[in-house]
Amino acid sequence: MSIIAESVRLTGPTLRALILERLGQIKCGRYAVISIPGLWLAVFFFIPFLVVFKISLAETAIAIPPYTSLFEFDLEEALLEISINLGNYRYLFEDDFYLAAYLNSAKIAAISTFFTLLIGFPMAYLIARSHGTTRTLLLSLVILPFWTSFLLRVYAWMGILQKNGIVNDFLMSIGLIDTPLTILQTDIAVYIGIVYTYLPFMVLPLYTALEKLDGALLEAAQDLGCKPAQTFFLITLPLSLPGVVAGCLLVFIPAVGEFVIPALLGGSDTLMIGRVLWDEFFLSRDWPMASAVATVMLIVLVLPIMLIRNNAEKQGEAA
Amino acid sequence: MPITKNRLGAALALSVSVTSGAALADESKVLNIYNWSDYIAPEAIEAFSEKTGIEVNYDVYDSNEVLEAKLMSGGTGYDLVVPAGAFLERHVQADIYLEVDQSRLSNYDNLDQVMLEKVARYDAGNEHSVPYAWGTIGLGYNVDQVRERLGDTPVDSLDLVFNPDVAAKLADCGIAMLDSPAEVVSMALNYLGLDPNSEKKGDLKKAEAMLQSVRPHIKYFSSSKYISDLANGEICLAVGYNGDVLQAQGRAEEAGQGVNVGYSIPSEGTLVWFDVMAIPADAPHPDAAHKFIDFVLQGDTAAGISNYVYYAVPNVAAMPLLDEEVSSNPGIYPSEDVKAKLFTQNAHTPKFDRILNRSWSNTKTGR
Repeated sequence: MSIIAESVRLTGPTLRALILERLGQIKCGRYAVISIPGLWLAVFFFIPFLVVFKISLAETAIAIPPYTSLFEFDLEEALLEISINLGNYRYLFEDDFYLAAYLNSAKIAAISTFFTLLIGFPMAYLIARSHGTTRTLLLSLVILPFWTSFLLRVYAWMGILQKNGIVNDFLMSIGLIDTPLTILQTDIAVYIGIVYTYLPFMVLPLYTALEKLDGALLEAAQDLGCKPAQTFFLITLPLSLPGVVAGCLLVFIPAVGEFVIPALLGGSDTLMIGRVLWDEFFLSRDWPMASAVATVMLIVLVLPIMLIRNNAEKQGEAA
Repeated sequence: MPITKNRLGAALALSVSVTSGAALADESKVLNIYNWSDYIAPEAIEAFSEKTGIEVNYDVYDSNEVLEAKLMSGGTGYDLVVPAGAFLERHVQADIYLEVDQSRLSNYDNLDQVMLEKVARYDAGNEHSVPYAWGTIGLGYNVDQVRERLGDTPVDSLDLVFNPDVAAKLADCGIAMLDSPAEVVSMALNYLGLDPNSEKKGDLKKAEAMLQSVRPHIKYFSSSKYISDLANGEICLAVGYNGDVLQAQGRAEEAGQGVNVGYSIPSEGTLVWFDVMAIPADAPHPDAAHKFIDFVLQGDTAAGISNYVYYAVPNVAAMPLLDEEVSSNPGIYPSEDVKAKLFTQNAHTPKFDRILNRSWSNTKTGR
């Protein structure tokens, strides 16, 4: 009764003012909520990136730190000198070595992502279709490898793939091959390493997408005469597409910059941008050049991916 | 993981030294050492702590590059580090070390004068460094596999890796090469009869062409993997550090799988390297560092280290105390004739370093 009375009294301009005030509060609250992850991104992503970008505009120097500073301020003459060196970027485009490294990294990451998807999809499908304790068990099996150090797991692969390792021993004992295969220190070993390491990052988003899939849709498709393969391509795959995109990005992006796996499993001729970065930083002691390589990697590889994703999200909303 | 533990130890020790502050400044009880892995006799550290009451936090690295990247970032908290000569040269230029006060080193006279002079090429007047150990880069080989393929061809020649006809015969059993552009290119230049420290583009081109010609026969480039691979017969030839090859020899003997590892210093002459002790400019305990250096210079300590790590120490007083198998091993303490042919590798200008590393990357990837 009193509420109605109140609402009756609150008419005209008073009510509008109150609503606007409320909306303002909601907005403030929303900003407060967004600002925390925003701040986190700024502190741990944007500022470090600016630092890297700043170093990429400097020149190497024999000093601590081993590069020149961009700003020289002369207090007496109140003179601020800014020296920006774009030479690193020019060199980056002049020497086709870097282009080859970027392209090869992208190629290795793309092939690995494809195989991760190929293996990860049935796994995620199985988990999403199972129930109760089986599902919990399968999910924990996917996460279980994280309990061991990533480095140790890659080292274990060295033992498995080497000349007198488990794979070769097994293939020779069943008489499939006579001489041991050279797998370690080839690109194939790098693919195996990346697919193995990043598989959980593919399975989990796929599982989330497939779990939401309405079983009734599949039944309906069958009732209407769809063959299983048709059902898969017409219903399951399109509906799990967000999971596929998320999984592929989670695998592709870190795989491009991967350093440990190609360093341990790859051969000396496996050219990847992560190793180029290491060489620039540690062997050439050229921090500015290394920073330029990192900056360009971010812009060339990550920006288009973010745009694609944005686009996909917008399309998703429109649909 | 011992490294993590040690780091934590170093960090804790640091915070302690900060809080206890100036009162303990001249009598520090902590020492943070950053040295190569497997590069000291463990007893030496214990004996030092016992003698001086100084607690040692011992942390290790496995490449000069990693050490340098840390030092160049500053604020490492280490009191004593052990860089190699060419790196020392650059570090001294960057002014990142304290001067060593030789008057506080009672055992300084134990040092081999010839070695001191050689190290002075990197550090004028030996002002910032004290030599720790030295060694050569040479050929580690699987005695039986190489003889099987090459017959009686002498194994003390760089032809084994740098002559494509010879290297081709060994390709099937595996050749490994140090992943160290400055050192390998320096040896390649010397092999071609050029100045090993040349910074001429034309000379580098010749060295690269030669390395590219043998590249198809090289299995991999690594500065540490060859130790275990030589020992278990995965490779039959490695261009590597003498102490590492001798370690492989020891491991092969222990394993008893019939793998015989030999080490030879190339007759063409090879690279000699020195590792030195130096005190970072921002070291929290420079006094303790001086005490430790003096302790290492004692004849018995130095001999203990040499006996343990199979590297030579530049210490005259240590010579009579060495184990027979160490002092008589020409791979560790070479004869005077061999010594005369050894050359050093100097630091390069940043500009040359860049084209050198590019050339090296091209060689490695076979581009």
